[in-house]
Amino acid sequence: MSDLAKTPGPSTEKPASDSASTAPAVEPSAAPIPAVDPRLLIREEGIKGYWSEFTRKVRGGELGSLPVFIGLIVIAIVFQLQNSNFLSASSVANIAVYSSGLGIMAVGIVFVLLLGEIDLSVGSVAGVGAAVWAVLNVNNGWNDWLAILVAVLSGMALGALHGFFFAKIGVPAFVVTLAGFLGWSGLQDWMMGGEGSINTPSGSVVENLTNYFFEDKAAGYGLALVAVLAYAASLLVDSKRRKAASLPARPVAEIVLRTAVVAVLCFAVAYVLNEPAGARGLPLALVLFLAVLIIADFVARRTTFGRQVFAVGGNPEAARRAGINVDRVRITVFALSGTLGAFGGLFIASLSGGATKSVGAGNTLMLVIAAAVIGGTSLFGGRGKVWSALLGMIVIQSIQQGLNMIGMANAVQYMITGAVLLAAVVIDSVSRRTQKTAGRA
Amino acid sequence: MIHVSATPVLALRGISKRFGAVQALTDVDLEIHPGEVVALVGDNGAGKSTLVKTISGVHPIDDGAIEWEGRTVRVNRPNDAQELGVATVYQDLALCDNLDVVANLFLGSELRKVSVLDEIAMEKRAKELLDTLSIRIPSVRIPVASLSGGQRQVVAIARALIGDPKVVILDEPTAALGVEQTAQVLDLVERLRERGHGVILISHNMADVRAVADKVAVLRLGRNNGVFDVASTSHEEIIAAITGATDNAVTRREARTATKEDAK
Repeated sequence: MSDLAKTPGPSTEKPASDSASTAPAVEPSAAPIPAVDPRLLIREEGIKGYWSEFTRKVRGGELGSLPVFIGLIVIAIVFQLQNSNFLSASSVANIAVYSSGLGIMAVGIVFVLLLGEIDLSVGSVAGVGAAVWAVLNVNNGWNDWLAILVAVLSGMALGALHGFFFAKIGVPAFVVTLAGFLGWSGLQDWMMGGEGSINTPSGSVVENLTNYFFEDKAAGYGLALVAVLAYAASLLVDSKRRKAASLPARPVAEIVLRTAVVAVLCFAVAYVLNEPAGARGLPLALVLFLAVLIIADFVARRTTFGRQVFAVGGNPEAARRAGINVDRVRITVFALSGTLGAFGGLFIASLSGGATKSVGAGNTLMLVIAAAVIGGTSLFGGRGKVWSALLGMIVIQSIQQGLNMIGMANAVQYMITGAVLLAAVVIDSVSRRTQKTAGRA
Repeated sequence: MIHVSATPVLALRGISKRFGAVQALTDVDLEIHPGEVVALVGDNGAGKSTLVKTISGVHPIDDGAIEWEGRTVRVNRPNDAQELGVATVYQDLALCDNLDVVANLFLGSELRKVSVLDEIAMEKRAKELLDTLSIRIPSVRIPVASLSGGQRQVVAIARALIGDPKVVILDEPTAALGVEQTAQVLDLVERLRERGHGVILISHNMADVRAVADKVAVLRLGRNNGVFDVASTSHEEIIAAITGATDNAVTRREARTATKEDAK
């Protein structure tokens, strides 16, 4: 949002590129032209303006996704030098598929972090979701879709229960979800019963979640094309409407540049998934993950509910006095986290060939929270993006994939992932402090 | 000096509020008419902020009645007050630092098309509102965290006006402001009166009160201690009501002798 703060001020500042078509004539002797505060730094036009704006933001501690992008590039270079298969089709597809389930869970965690809270139960809820599905579908012969729906809804119910205890009773979220973490993993254990694991039936929907690939190359390229066109169209429509309302709008050059960057990224991924030897095409899991991301991002940034989440995360008392039902927002967010947790649990079950007593156990919880934080969502509430779930999870899965490929022991993997998480939290805390001294937090 | 309609837009009748062992408000009455600025004054702890919070629904009342345009209403939540048309600017501003100016202005009453935010309409109206109030802030799209104290204050006041309320409550709006910003806020209060809003102004600064208020309601120790017409009341009388200087042996004796002389 803050990049729209480039008030163009009096009409002398119009960009050269579109001055012919849009410059609204200075209203003759209407209300005095609102004086622009002389202390406001107005962004210069053109590339130079971008660069100075960028350096100013970085110095002010608004790092955004910058550390993650740099980290991803470093990871890619380092592992590619160690093992030339790191950027191969199967490796990239692996990263995408393994990122999806945990990434969907991380989307829920992003919302919880935006509230300034934490959900420690998400791994256990995932396990319960997988167990509910397996018991209903395999043991009781329920329909695939119905069993999945009930599994996801049970996650929602568990999340809503956490939210109730947190919002209505006032128990700290940390403790409620810690109790959930223990209790629900017990419930999962009990549901899985004696055998301890229930295999995924072959050809079932849950097996396909992570094993289905769109082998037709048109799927990958088509999706990339649709994404790029939709992105460009949304920017253009927004810019046009803003100009019609005589508000500062993005210059055409910026729209072109942004679209170009998105296009390069989308088509590069589609190419790697489609073309090289051993490519299996576009994984269904990635499509589902992207769908969740796009919907969640829209909810967070463009809907009343999303605005309320940010407001409660920023200042709960202000939100309450503004008439926002803070309790309802909190319960909804925890229910959302539970829902996405159970949905992600089905992906984990799909990857491991069935529901077991250990789905969602181990480091699932840590990876999910780490992904949200590494991606740039603040632990202090009110600041973050849904896309940080994608970025952070790709970082984590890339590291795991790379370390696996060069045959690093599990123990070392944990230590490296831990170090990356620590680095992410340090960046968050330091950038927050810098933002405070720069007066932007 | 102001044309005042007969029915008060907001009337408090016998309001009481307890917090545990503390009787914060006892039997308080207050009337606000449209286009009228009522200053609410009193010493620290007199119950001004508590009274305001009962009107705005933050603290529901224990006893008494709130009348809105002549009807008795219940105000139990901030939403109730907002729906009636009461907007409150709190002393501790109650802005979300992480949201930008537009988001803060419209918080709780966002413009939307089926629950999708209409950012463009909101930004446009925010600019218009800030312009008509002659409020100068660097940009409506920067986070409130980067505004100065005075700028936050005017944003908080502008925020109260978004829903076009009938009664605006300002809790010490000039306490933290410089000379020019104070004058701007007082101008703003006068503009509110011209537009027909009823205004409750809480202030410790008697100069501000005398500058803009039509009536002064004094609270002392949680009770009414007189309502004065600003134009015909001296500064000392109001101060006396605030500090309780009128209620002592000397005044009581004077009152007694006065009644005796009347009786003769």
